[in-house]
Amino acid sequence: MHPAFSVIFLTTLIGVGQGLFLALFTGQLYSLARLVPLQDSQTFYAWGSALALVFLALGLFASFFHLGRPERAWRSAARWRTSWLSREVIVLPLVMGLIALYGLAHWMEFTRPLFTVSNVLPVDLTLLLGLAATAATFLLFICTGMIYASIKFIREWATPLTLLNFIFMGGASGFALATFYSLFAAPSLIKMYGIWTIILTITAFVLRLVSLWRNAHGSHISTIQSAIGVRHPKIVQKTTGGMGGSFNTKEFRSGSTPERIRQAKWSFVLLVFVLPPLLLTTALSIHSAPLLALAFAVQMIGLIIERWTFFADATHPQNLYYQSM
Amino acid sequence: MTQLALVIDLNTCVGCSACVTSCKEWNTSGQAGPMTDMMPYGEDPHGTFFNRVQSFEVGTYPDTQMVHFPKSCLHCEEPPCVPVCPTGASYKRKEDGIVLVDYDKCIGCKYCSWACPYGAREIDEKQKVMKKCTLCVDRIYDQSLPESERQPACVLACPADARIFGDVHDPDSEVSILIREQGGYALMPEWGTRPANHYLPRRRQEMHIHPDELERADNPLAKEDLKIDEKDVTSVDGFGGW
Repeated sequence: MHPAFSVIFLTTLIGVGQGLFLALFTGQLYSLARLVPLQDSQTFYAWGSALALVFLALGLFASFFHLGRPERAWRSAARWRTSWLSREVIVLPLVMGLIALYGLAHWMEFTRPLFTVSNVLPVDLTLLLGLAATAATFLLFICTGMIYASIKFIREWATPLTLLNFIFMGGASGFALATFYSLFAAPSLIKMYGIWTIILTITAFVLRLVSLWRNAHGSHISTIQSAIGVRHPKIVQKTTGGMGGSFNTKEFRSGSTPERIRQAKWSFVLLVFVLPPLLLTTALSIHSAPLLALAFAVQMIGLIIERWTFFADATHPQNLYYQSM
Repeated sequence: MTQLALVIDLNTCVGCSACVTSCKEWNTSGQAGPMTDMMPYGEDPHGTFFNRVQSFEVGTYPDTQMVHFPKSCLHCEEPPCVPVCPTGASYKRKEDGIVLVDYDKCIGCKYCSWACPYGAREIDEKQKVMKKCTLCVDRIYDQSLPESERQPACVLACPADARIFGDVHDPDSEVSILIREQGGYALMPEWGTRPANHYLPRRRQEMHIHPDELERADNPLAKEDLKIDEKDVTSVDGFGGW
């Protein structure tokens, strides 16, 4: 498939935003369990939520460049009963709204317990909003992943690994950003975030390796024989018709050589999964802010390459009809 | 229930592309706006078509056959492109089973084209909306046309009569009989899309010649054992004597 930068930026940027919010709320749960010191609502949670919203908004902005008719984008919420794309269009603003309310509740310091569960768990407004936003965030990961995983004949996408990869890579990059952010806003959380970033990155690495292996092995169900219904082992396309190029010869091809795609795979393995844990471990041991920033930046660049490869590596059966010009 | 569709006979298609040009001519002139061509006279022409004829060489030389393969939207009975559309612009008509795009609702997100395994949908580079074969929905119900012309433009144009239009749900229609009796098949049946358009297979044309057909067994000349030596025949003008 042709890797469109609008969709690459959409999926990577909202992944960071979602992951950062999950990191913030994890911090709140940890402090609720008294595993880490209590953080200031305004300086940590409210500003952190604003940072997550910036990434989500940038992703939303990028998505408009994918549309031929962006002025009609409002129509895309109509078919949520059947279309995962439509569901994503609804859930993304919902996530942004809930995170905004979560940040606002922290900014206004609505942290007085509304009620207490079994005399041990004080429940305040931020906890309730945080739980709702967490559910919405996971729903958004599912919607984004299912847009690709639900196309059953694009073999490289039609697997639960697509969803898991979106969740874990988004989570890893969000926690990496949270590690850097907590250096300024909540230094006592930095170690917790750093360790979670490494755990999420390694989990994502294993899952991505499985999907790389899966895509490299096994065969496609559709063949040129089933595409034109002629039973013969040797069929060679001589022409796609005397009409030159078309949408079909551009949209469904990576536009790159297999060699370039192979290089991209090695690059993102290094940039997303290998370097950031090494940089983080070093940064945490010597308390270096530039190294923490570098770990996040390196992973982000790697994720953009990863998403590019996700598209470039996917093969569409319509290409069987467009093999030779 | 009606399901309008095309049956395409690969045995008679000669790959002349008359269906392609007539389709483009009719549909680019309609009220839905032109089917844009980008740089039609340039080095890398690029354009929108509803219908394309592709050619495949089957076998190894000298034992080869050229299969000319016209491809347009198959108007699937389970169209995978319809449920994925976020706006509802892509839809399947209940009354006749034609899959259509509402160009006023389409946002040009291209997701339906990803969800079509046949590559039947093409985005219009100028209008920025997804386009596809309409089975000439603006022709086939047009009461101002004579009844014989209420057919898709490609069907009317085909000089080899390789394209037949009709209702595949009516068991007595010409298309249903052809599918049933001539081995009509669907493309990529593995995805459960149940295409309405069907293709009739290539059949090798072979003549079986029995020796009887070359030499009459009941030739009266043979029976009388009459032999004519050409030397004995004198022509009327004596010219053939030598």
